[in-house]
Amino acid sequence: MAATGEAMVRARPSGTSWQRGRRAVGRWILPAYTFLAVAFLALPVLIMIAFSFNDTTGRSNLNWRSFSLDAWLDPLGQPGLAEAVTTSLAVAVLSTIIATILGVLIGLALVRHRFSGRGALNLLIFLPMATPEIVLGVSLLTLFLASTQWTFLPEGTFFPLSFRTILIAHIMFNISYVVVTIRARLQGFPRHLEEAAMDLGANEWTTFWRITFPLILPGVLAAALLAFSLSIDDYVVTVFTSGPATTFPLFIYGAQQRGIPVQINVIGTIIFVAAVGFVLLSTVIANRQRPDPVEASGEADA
Amino acid sequence: MSWFRRHPSATAYILLAPGILYLLVFYLYPTAQMFLVSLWTGSPETGYALTGNFGIYPEALAQYSEHLTRSIFYGGAATIVTFLVGFPLAYFIAFRGGRYKSVLLFLVIAPFFTSFLLRTLSWKIIFADNGLALGPLKDAGLLPDTFRLLATPTAVIAGIAYNFLPFMTLPLYVALEKIPPNLLEAAQDLYADGWQRFRRVTLPLALPGVFAGSLLTFIPAVGDFINAELLGDPRSQMIGNVIQARFLRVSDYPTGAALSFILMAAIIIGVLLYARLVGTEELTGGTT
Repeated sequence: MAATGEAMVRARPSGTSWQRGRRAVGRWILPAYTFLAVAFLALPVLIMIAFSFNDTTGRSNLNWRSFSLDAWLDPLGQPGLAEAVTTSLAVAVLSTIIATILGVLIGLALVRHRFSGRGALNLLIFLPMATPEIVLGVSLLTLFLASTQWTFLPEGTFFPLSFRTILIAHIMFNISYVVVTIRARLQGFPRHLEEAAMDLGANEWTTFWRITFPLILPGVLAAALLAFSLSIDDYVVTVFTSGPATTFPLFIYGAQQRGIPVQINVIGTIIFVAAVGFVLLSTVIANRQRPDPVEASGEADA
Repeated sequence: MSWFRRHPSATAYILLAPGILYLLVFYLYPTAQMFLVSLWTGSPETGYALTGNFGIYPEALAQYSEHLTRSIFYGGAATIVTFLVGFPLAYFIAFRGGRYKSVLLFLVIAPFFTSFLLRTLSWKIIFADNGLALGPLKDAGLLPDTFRLLATPTAVIAGIAYNFLPFMTLPLYVALEKIPPNLLEAAQDLYADGWQRFRRVTLPLALPGVFAGSLLTFIPAVGDFINAELLGDPRSQMIGNVIQARFLRVSDYPTGAALSFILMAAIIIGVLLYARLVGTEELTGGTT
């Protein structure tokens, strides 16, 4: 694992000044650069966290004034904020559950079954991820607008826009990401374990719940986590499909025109810490369950 | 039960049906509906009717060509910036990461668990005229007092590049990680020096990653309007800002839909040309 490609080659003795220069790049400049790049990536997050402790007393949260815990003691103390956060959580939870179920079913079919039309299917799954979000939002909005002219739909199915249309949109953009995550995790799935279970007399249902499901569970959780974080952060698709309903990102956007209340940084920090915590936790659990096959083969190579 | 064993593809279609139907109804059909709406005429007050007004396309193109070219330019510039920033990063993690590989990857991804809007607003604090970045430089007399980053194209491009950096870094990392060490050793044994090894072995093998990364960055970058809205000014508005305003401020649905359709078509044509140029078939990831 440690001695990968270029490092191994570079470790050989070599003398020319050019090669010494190259070693300096490898030894100092590249690590320093990586450190700076990671710091650059983290900077806005650190700013967000720091400014959640800012005492703005009614002024905009753009300049540092003094340390205060006020916002942390009253994180929902802004009119409309509690509702927005609740809506966001509800949309994220529901869209994650539904998209994960739909996506896992597709993923299972893709990895474990032969069927015709695979190419077209791959394209249909790829396209929503390759479409700019604004086009996804606009096209759904045009569907919802046009649906008012369709007499076969009960009135108010899609229009006026509401919580329901946000949910429809979030499920849509989440499905593809779930499929891609599951497919990556199912590659090299040990089919022989299922066959062994069947040979030992288990039926399809028992085999699925006792063998297949526990094996795909880490992948399912990873996919669900991705779907949840995409949903809770979405602004662009939501703004086109929300109508009067407000999610947390819509609230932020509305607030930034008047001046951002500190509470937004507090909620942002809480979401960030929770997401990072979940990822770390799931990694720890996954590592404990079984050694990562990629890591294991890496060890064998080295 | 045994029926499923005799008809294995039937199981597949049953598993696929709900998700595929969902995507057909709420992804594929709406794209067609968007095209139909672009051919509507009317107003929110009088209602709309499908009149087949194709004239809206040349009209919209003429009126907003500036925004379209600006979007492509900003998106392209941001993609190049993410490549220049992301490649050394991915290279270091893949070849020199050692046992810190997963920690470093995590550090690259972790900032993106924060809301897109909050991250962009943080840049507003950092780039502010007397903020964290410019304030000290101005106090030290290194920059004139009138110098500003906010409300400039530079800020918009930097904001986009920041927001999409992981989309470039991760595919690059995956491609670099896959390069077998013995290929580089073979090159060394054949007297290739460091630069030649990089140029003739590493870079060509990283190409699928470059391809995937640049598409994953460029496509959302061209359609983005948040960075232009928060970090730019009216002169740096992108096509996304126009589409958003057409739909949500003035309810001019046909023009908004026509511009979205043009954006989508431009991206599809661009991607196909690019795929032909780079010659990679991994576009859909359909290797299974």
